[in-house]
Amino acid sequence: MKTQTETHTQPVEQKLRTGADLFVQSLVEEKVDTVFGYPGGAVLPIYDALYRADAPFQHILCRHEQGLIHAAEGYARVTGKPGVVIATSGPGATNLITGITDAMMDSLPVVVFTGQVSTAVIGSDAFQEADVIGLTTPITKHNYQVTDIKDLPRITREAFHIATTGRPGPVVVDIPKNIAQEITDKTFDTSFHLPGYQPTVKPNPLQIRRLAEALAKAKKPVLLAGAGVHFADASEELKAFAEKFELPVTTTLLGLGSFPGGHEQALGMAGMHGSYSANMAIYEADLLINIGARFDDRLTGAIQHFAPEAAVAHIDIDPAEIGKNIETKIPVVGDAKEALTALLDIDIECTDHSSWSEETMNNKKEYPFWFERSDDLISPQWLIESVHRETDGHAIVTTDVGQHQMWAAQFYQFNSPHKWVTSGGLGTMGFGLPAAIGAQLGRPEETVVAIVGDGGFQMTMQEMAVVKQHNLPIKVIIVNNEALGMVRQWQEKFYEERYSASLMTENPDFIKLAEGFGVKGIRVSKETDVPSVIKEVFQHDGPVLVDARVQKLDKVFPMVAPGKGNHEMIGVKQCEE
Amino acid sequence: MRRIITATVQNSSGVLNRITGMLSKRAFNIESITVGTTEIEGISKMTFVVEIPDANKIEQLTKQLNKQIDVLKVNDITEKAIVQRELALIKVGSTSASRAEIQGVIEPFRARVLDVSRDSLVIEVTGKPDKIEALIDLLHPYGIKDMTRTGVTAFPRGKQPRQVQEFTLSV
Ligand SMILES: Cc1ncc(C[n+]2csc(CCOP(=O)(O)OP(=O)(O)O)c2C)c(N)n1
Repeated sequence: MKTQTETHTQPVEQKLRTGADLFVQSLVEEKVDTVFGYPGGAVLPIYDALYRADAPFQHILCRHEQGLIHAAEGYARVTGKPGVVIATSGPGATNLITGITDAMMDSLPVVVFTGQVSTAVIGSDAFQEADVIGLTTPITKHNYQVTDIKDLPRITREAFHIATTGRPGPVVVDIPKNIAQEITDKTFDTSFHLPGYQPTVKPNPLQIRRLAEALAKAKKPVLLAGAGVHFADASEELKAFAEKFELPVTTTLLGLGSFPGGHEQALGMAGMHGSYSANMAIYEADLLINIGARFDDRLTGAIQHFAPEAAVAHIDIDPAEIGKNIETKIPVVGDAKEALTALLDIDIECTDHSSWSEETMNNKKEYPFWFERSDDLISPQWLIESVHRETDGHAIVTTDVGQHQMWAAQFYQFNSPHKWVTSGGLGTMGFGLPAAIGAQLGRPEETVVAIVGDGGFQMTMQEMAVVKQHNLPIKVIIVNNEALGMVRQWQEKFYEERYSASLMTENPDFIKLAEGFGVKGIRVSKETDVPSVIKEVFQHDGPVLVDARVQKLDKVFPMVAPGKGNHEMIGVKQCEE
Repeated sequence: MRRIITATVQNSSGVLNRITGMLSKRAFNIESITVGTTEIEGISKMTFVVEIPDANKIEQLTKQLNKQIDVLKVNDITEKAIVQRELALIKVGSTSASRAEIQGVIEPFRARVLDVSRDSLVIEVTGKPDKIEALIDLLHPYGIKDMTRTGVTAFPRGKQPRQVQEFTLSV
């Protein structure tokens, strides 16, 4: 924007910047490469600053703010870098609430900037005003409202720092419009001091020693790996630790891939739909070492039956997680990588537990995940196995929530970290497609598959437009059972087949829908066609949407019924042979 | 278990909301909260009285408080030698006849009359909560017309007895 005295004031003018310019500058300084945003009145000054600036980052316009935040989560999950979101005030901000909660529950580093009405009218129920601080306080790691332009650059830095350090989490920064518009010629100090926020990264040697001593004595030790292992990038150390002491390893839903699923010591996922061998190992263990998992109730089942014989050791960077749900005998506060490294450095002589290892491995062989194949209709589990085979277990897989999510967790074997992107804590339908967009933008070189339900897909399917716009080669696979499958499963098992509001018989024609978005659509309804279709999908160099018509009444097994202990799983089958 | 917990916090906007929000989200039962500034600019101190069913929950409470970015220090002082005070203002019905009698009742409590009107007295009392309870009990027969209590504010005494049984935290 030039003024009348252009030539005369040139040097001064270069110094004049708006709050919005300072904000854009902050993103550049944070080395942001991708921003997920949606404009609106309150953030127009910011969008104008983005237009004027030659910012070295891309801006992705999703079609709904929920899409922005899930995309940012997907991006954060696979890159380990913060996902950045910009939304306008009022409805823009409230549309983010689900995703912010999701990021909080799954500890994802996301930094959200919301526009706000001008400070002069805050509190007056002004047009598009919402109390973003009040709304997001319980669902963020921290939040800020900027009330003075001089604080803007510092707060932005603090927000990135808090979101990405310690236990990661979402941070919201609410920026009133007048602050974004205000003009200044000053440079503001961005140094910060957060005396109340000093995460413990290095574990206390005494706590490590106690854990090592317990391990040395244990006859039935088990490792439980959670998402904390991903955040700490501690997969290598976890593997070395498990191998050195010959420990059976179970994971949480979000911990999948932190330990190679194909490893001989891997028992797989534990919990409600986990493997029999994982749940039984925890049930019988005398020492359970939890590394970065939060003992969610879907993992533990009825708490009185969870690891009843075990001394529990818990390594976590968030001290408030330790002892929160499960009584913990040996707490270790610190980063998982640091803790595992320290444990590897200690010399201990373990009690011989080879018969225990053998027992757990036998369970794994005898009671694997199972399903029944038919020659006609597609079994959803087989579909997922086929995706696994075709991608060699190396794709990034995102999901919605429901049966397909659990089948993906059971039948896609994750052999490396940062490949599994699912909404674990909040269980958010509609997560899969936008998360896949974020993941693909964060890792352009990788194969990204979104395995979604016909229900969940319809919650955020408008984001197919983004897939097309950026020609993201995402493979979207709708596991179409014409129902809210997981709801139907519960109604069948626990509500005597009263299928109240769970059947989706009036689904749209997903192929035409794909075409409407300009994306290739393929329908597959016969089991025998699956291999060739899957091959075609992954050979296609661009986005594809698959409408896979699966057997409608398949259920996710095994399962721990609500209120039951994990040792009381139903739907466990012994291997024939 | 009734616990007295203090938290030293930075005076950022929304800090009280953040803390009470966390407590209600985690289903802690708050009996009282007092907040005020400290001798250091920008730093406030809160005193919580909370009713907590079990020991694990107490540990959770202090950990969750500590986790707040604005919180600098958390102290569970229940088991310590502490000074604790609460202020109450009590308006009781009185007639010219009962005034002197009431005066006699409140005197041992070192309470004061702040305001006198034709049919009521306003009494100020400070002390430990049980002392205030006791006075309220004694004033009941005269008819309590209005009452307000600040909740407890407290901190450890200068000198702690040697064998203070600290509440053991596992971390
Ligand atoms: C936003 C949201 N609303 C409701 C639910 C409850 N819910 C959990 S699973 C499920 C059914 C999902 O159906 P679909 O997406 O078709 O997947 P399927 O279970 O059939 O694989 C529902 C409604 C949820 N998890 N998220």
